[in-house]
Amino acid sequence: MSTVSSGGPPGAVSPAFWSVADIAQRIAAGEITATQILETMLARIEAIDGELGAFLAVDVAGARAAAAEVDRRRAANAPLGPLAGVPIALKDVLVTRGLATTAASKILQGWIPPYDAHVVEQLRAAGAVVLGKLNCDEFAMGSSTENSAYRVTRNPWDPARVPGGSSGGSSAAVAAGLCAAALGTDTGGSIRQPAAFCGCVGMKPTYGRISRWGVVAFASSLDQVGPLTRSVADAALVLQTIAGFDPRDSTSLDAPVPRFTDALTGEVAGLRIGLPQEYFEAMDDDVRAAVAQTAAALVERGAELVELSLPHTKLALPAYYLVAPAEASSNLARYDGVRYGLRAPAPELLEMYARTRGAGFGPEVKRRIMLGTYALRSGYYDAYYKKAQQVRTLIKRDFDRAFRYCDVLLTPTTPTAAFRFGAKATPVDMYQADVFTLSCNLAGLPGISVPCGLTGDGLPLGAQLLGRPLDEATLLRAGAVIEAAVGLGERRPSGIGGIA
Amino acid sequence: MTEGKQSIGGLPAMLEVWEPVIGLEVHVQLATKSKAFSASAVSFGAEPNSLTDPLVLGLPGTLPAFNHAALALALRLGVATSSQIRAKSRFARKHYFYPDLPKGYQISQFDEPLCENGHLDVIIGGGIKRVPLQRIHLEEDAGKTTHVGASSHVDLNRAGVPLVEVVSAPELGSAEEAGEFMRSLHRLVRWLDISEADMEKGQLRCDANVSIRLRGEDRLGTRTELKNINSFRFVEHAIESEIVRQIRILEAGGRITQETRLWDADRGQSLPMRSKEAANDYRYFPDPDLPPLVVDGATMGGVLRTLPELPSTRFDRYQRAHGISAGDARTLVSERALADYFDAAVAVHPGDRSGRTIANWVLTELLGALHASGTPIARSPIPPATLSALIVLVENGTISGKIGKEIFEESYRTGEGPAMIVERRGLQQISDTATLWEIINRVVAASPKQAEAYTVGGKDGLFGFFVGQVMKETQGRANPVITSDLLHKRLGR
Repeated sequence: MSTVSSGGPPGAVSPAFWSVADIAQRIAAGEITATQILETMLARIEAIDGELGAFLAVDVAGARAAAAEVDRRRAANAPLGPLAGVPIALKDVLVTRGLATTAASKILQGWIPPYDAHVVEQLRAAGAVVLGKLNCDEFAMGSSTENSAYRVTRNPWDPARVPGGSSGGSSAAVAAGLCAAALGTDTGGSIRQPAAFCGCVGMKPTYGRISRWGVVAFASSLDQVGPLTRSVADAALVLQTIAGFDPRDSTSLDAPVPRFTDALTGEVAGLRIGLPQEYFEAMDDDVRAAVAQTAAALVERGAELVELSLPHTKLALPAYYLVAPAEASSNLARYDGVRYGLRAPAPELLEMYARTRGAGFGPEVKRRIMLGTYALRSGYYDAYYKKAQQVRTLIKRDFDRAFRYCDVLLTPTTPTAAFRFGAKATPVDMYQADVFTLSCNLAGLPGISVPCGLTGDGLPLGAQLLGRPLDEATLLRAGAVIEAAVGLGERRPSGIGGIA
Repeated sequence: MTEGKQSIGGLPAMLEVWEPVIGLEVHVQLATKSKAFSASAVSFGAEPNSLTDPLVLGLPGTLPAFNHAALALALRLGVATSSQIRAKSRFARKHYFYPDLPKGYQISQFDEPLCENGHLDVIIGGGIKRVPLQRIHLEEDAGKTTHVGASSHVDLNRAGVPLVEVVSAPELGSAEEAGEFMRSLHRLVRWLDISEADMEKGQLRCDANVSIRLRGEDRLGTRTELKNINSFRFVEHAIESEIVRQIRILEAGGRITQETRLWDADRGQSLPMRSKEAANDYRYFPDPDLPPLVVDGATMGGVLRTLPELPSTRFDRYQRAHGISAGDARTLVSERALADYFDAAVAVHPGDRSGRTIANWVLTELLGALHASGTPIARSPIPPATLSALIVLVENGTISGKIGKEIFEESYRTGEGPAMIVERRGLQQISDTATLWEIINRVVAASPKQAEAYTVGGKDGLFGFFVGQVMKETQGRANPVITSDLLHKRLGR
């Protein structure tokens, strides 16, 4: 198979870094075939991913068949979907028909799903080529992808550092140009934080905006699928494809989906940007400076800054670590070795359960199952889970009040840039890494992380925007302005050989 | 079983001292086409594990979407039991590990059930006992595990089938009351087309909480829970033997252990379940995959509009309005189609004093013929109006009751209308005095010895002989009352 040389004319961008819209347009125009794009990506995965570690599975045959189908349709002048030929990779918590889905856990080793997740159906219907499955923290529990049962994923900007998590395979693959876009899931920051660490755009839409049908559940009331991309425009395109009502998910919202690409006007004049004081307490100086620069850039383009308070912010972390493990302990009860995945045989049923779950789950998953089981014990429900749900209501009210005075909130996505492997010595240290992203999930709001510069060490940083429910459009509009003003431009990661 | 017999023999004496307190938890399968939270079909007796889908199998990533057909059925039961219906109820997850529970939790309702504080009118003896219900809630069924030698087989066809759990207050005072509670509930759910409620198919299942206390005592005794009671016969048998078991323990100075016991119908006794199976902390919490279950005014309106008159109401009405006996009234309401048949016949019948007569015809002639031919009432070859027309012929003296039964049989067999049969076969009753007098004269003249023996010899039994002769002469068409009058006159006494 022929591949497209990454050289090209001077100043041209390698096809590996073409935007989603570019790829779709050039395939539609016949400038390049879906197969050529795919082979470019496959060659790069072959060359780079051994070290990067983003993929758990590359569906070479399936992707080639999908790309060939796009090319056949193009040749036959049949209508092409909006993402026709765009190679997209999926976090391995998204269920794919006929393609192993593990949630990066040993307990699902060997499971071949008989169905596609809703978002996968949507991508395929739009003509996207599903490249494969991306590494993540086991069952999406973690902030560094170090909890994967299968492999280490490195940050393409610095291989000694984590790519973030839990969607770390997604952010690494997108940043390294191993796919045009990726899907991740975000339960407490698992899209936005790795996006910030790897210099990508990551969006967590409003809870209910995207169907969770086929998303391996971590915490049902918090989980949401979203895109990780190299630009805000790409995020808008992918979001367009996967958003919308699905009756199979009873928490899916039956709300109209606007044309997100139309929202990218480049205008922020008159937009009121809230700066919640609780999000500017403890963080690295680089982060503080980058967010300040972001705010200044927005003001320069006509936005107004509003300083305000979200007084219950400090309760978000403890509330999250009751709600999420409680729901997880319940959602993970189905992994019992009876019907699919790992089974560790034993003469007695209870022993089989114990051995299977003992061997199949990693330490962080076990920790959270135990936390959650404890929180839901008879007689403790009121004191823990119910109390945490009450805190969620308070947090939601904080946001409702804030959005009377502003249109979006601007915060850092993370208190630091990507950290080194093993840097978070205790689970609680790790949990603190998500302190700015959790509230958004607890309140069900949309959030986006957009690159807003580099640290002195050349590591990317992210600015987070939080919006009103269902107002992804405003986040994308403001995000695109940030991207243009303080984004990474043509700077690409160079931490791993051959990426650029 | 000798032991069981002895104790049951001694039970009346024991019950003068001890008072049983029984509460029932009854699971009723709702007759929906698909499962509670997925489109997977529901049917009994299908190939094992053929009625499944990714959700029923508990595959990762699947999500429940509530089947609102189950709500409509549960609401009918809620309204029929005068329960308080929650406008917003909640599904909760009940956790335990078992191979036939694919998700590791059952979707049920916990602290916010659909129905509370209703009551079931139980037909017992000649009357009705109103038994309070604590709650009726929606939940999904588990699959079925069968143990074959050293291996266990799991069939998930039943997993996810919608159920209601009906929980009575502990206010049943005897095994018989518990049995009648089950029969009344069975009758009601079938009456309302909520469930087939076939106990043999597991569509109606009963767990019983049983305790005893000294009569006059206010405090409840320690209870045991009896599981696996899967026929009406066993409900009473299992509870009675548990009552006896508890009385014996307490009378011997022992204490009742709070435990779950499994009824073994083959041995006719209950055995304690292993405690680790019973000692579950179910870790209930609201299912985050499911929004609150909302019952809106339109749904409630639909249920109220279409709810038929209830069996207990009809049982009462039949006795009051028609003077029908409690036993006959109970039989009439045993099945809605039967009661509807009766009501339809009464409705078309001229006058309003024939309820008992119609009931007799329905319960004797019609049910007899239906049973004999294995025909359900809904497909009775004699419609209610035809039965009424036949009864009219008897009531107005056109035919005798005896001929009426003959005509019933013929009409049942051929579908021909009773009046047509009477006409065609000339079966009208002979009530004309002159005609009958002539026949009687002939009959008496033909048997002078018998006439003398009756009139002079005082042999009263011979009167019947002459009636029989008249009937023979008339092929049973002689009006029996007039015949009797005229015979007395002719024979002189």
